Amino acid sequence: MSGNLAAAYAIKQLDVDLVAAYPITPQTTIIEKISEYVANGELDANFMLVESEHSAISSCLSAASTGARVFTSTSSQGLLLMHEILFITSALRLPVVMTVANRSVSAPINIWCDHGDIMPQRDVGWIQLFAESAQEAYDKLIQAYRISEDPRVRLPVMVSADGIILSHTYEPIRLLKDSEVTSFSPWNLYPTRLDPDKPLTIGAFGYPEYYLETRYQSSKALEDTIKIISEVDKKYGEISGRKYGVVFPFKCEDADVILISMGSISETIRATVKKLRKKGEKIGMISLKLFRPFPFIEIVELIKDVKAIGVVDRALSPGAIAGPVYNEITTALYLSKINIPSMNFFAGLGGRDVTMEDVKDMFVKLKEVAKTGTVKDNKFYVGLR
Amino acid sequence: MIMKSELPSWNEMEEGFITRTLTEEINETGSWRTFKPVIDHSRCTKCRLCIIYCPEPCIDLEVTSSDEKVTIDYNFCKGCGICAEECPVTCINMVEE
Repeated sequence: MSGNLAAAYAIKQLDVDLVAAYPITPQTTIIEKISEYVANGELDANFMLVESEHSAISSCLSAASTGARVFTSTSSQGLLLMHEILFITSALRLPVVMTVANRSVSAPINIWCDHGDIMPQRDVGWIQLFAESAQEAYDKLIQAYRISEDPRVRLPVMVSADGIILSHTYEPIRLLKDSEVTSFSPWNLYPTRLDPDKPLTIGAFGYPEYYLETRYQSSKALEDTIKIISEVDKKYGEISGRKYGVVFPFKCEDADVILISMGSISETIRATVKKLRKKGEKIGMISLKLFRPFPFIEIVELIKDVKAIGVVDRALSPGAIAGPVYNEITTALYLSKINIPSMNFFAGLGGRDVTMEDVKDMFVKLKEVAKTGTVKDNKFYVGLR
Repeated sequence: MIMKSELPSWNEMEEGFITRTLTEEINETGSWRTFKPVIDHSRCTKCRLCIIYCPEPCIDLEVTSSDEKVTIDYNFCKGCGICAEECPVTCINMVEE
């Protein structure tokens, strides 16, 4: 199965009530497959044809407020068009789940993978999970509903799966039985909100006396979900045998230098680490599985004793001091009073291939930094001509 | 004026800013009005379009045993003028207050 077909299959097993989406490459085949499931009676859901992503997410938000289990998915410009409603969904504490097949943003028009679409959504208050394989895109989606609908959480979740690389590449996937999915992610965790017999107002006007408290409440809730996400991941491991954690370290115990990355690029880095380890190089890597809430305690714990770290960002943040992931990690280090020389690599933008050779070069640079203890220029654009 | 001590703290408020006070019933928005819609009942065909279009919704059809009549609740009408715009027989006039 491809990552997209795996996601669609998970949605069928999760018995979603409403799917509203607008086609955009490379997410389209998820929705195509779901519409097929609905049309041939395999999934009893309302498949809503909407005129834009703005309407897709608005429909999901509204349906979720009636207690329905909803799904949507998008990419790139589509995600940007959803932007304003994303804030509303999280502040209203509605359990909307969405798959994002990460794609670059225009201009120039480019349909390949990078994280340029998801990084502008950092502050929308959603839980953001990252998959690095199609298998994980499937697993994370099943976990997402369990997390999102937990009465302690009540927050929307995005599952990011790199476009084209995961969305359209076929790999063998271990699927759960329908009954296993149903018992893992039962339908009735989330209480119905809108009820004609008990009228209430959702999305009311919030005076200055209330605004701060409301936003603080949802922001605090997001910070607190990290425990629950780990708990759900552990339980999922018990039924599936696959456990990812919020951060996934590889060969970090005795490593001198560590490279941190997010998404499908992590697989290439892991393979490179494996190869170079055989040659006796003391290197390691961490794959970030969760971006919001940011697992800074877990990261700092893993990297606090190394000689140099590198952070791979698959998106630019023009005008910022560095890339978005790098900024999070270095802030966490600074606040922990740990001073490690670090480098920020920008790689794989707009689908640019990141090879094992590229990763090897990153490690060469990092080892040089580890040896001298100084960084000349902390930003490095991999493959820039 | 609301006293500071009467306001709830963040964890006393219902999750997702749900309000049960139904403020739209308490806050009489009629005072916002500059122009007041006035219905010429002699020309009104009781088509009900104004009732459907009223965003407040404060236009209603009053039905008695002998008659039915379109009425506007001026306690809530903000004077937006949508009813006058949509009326197919232009029998609603916006009169400056």
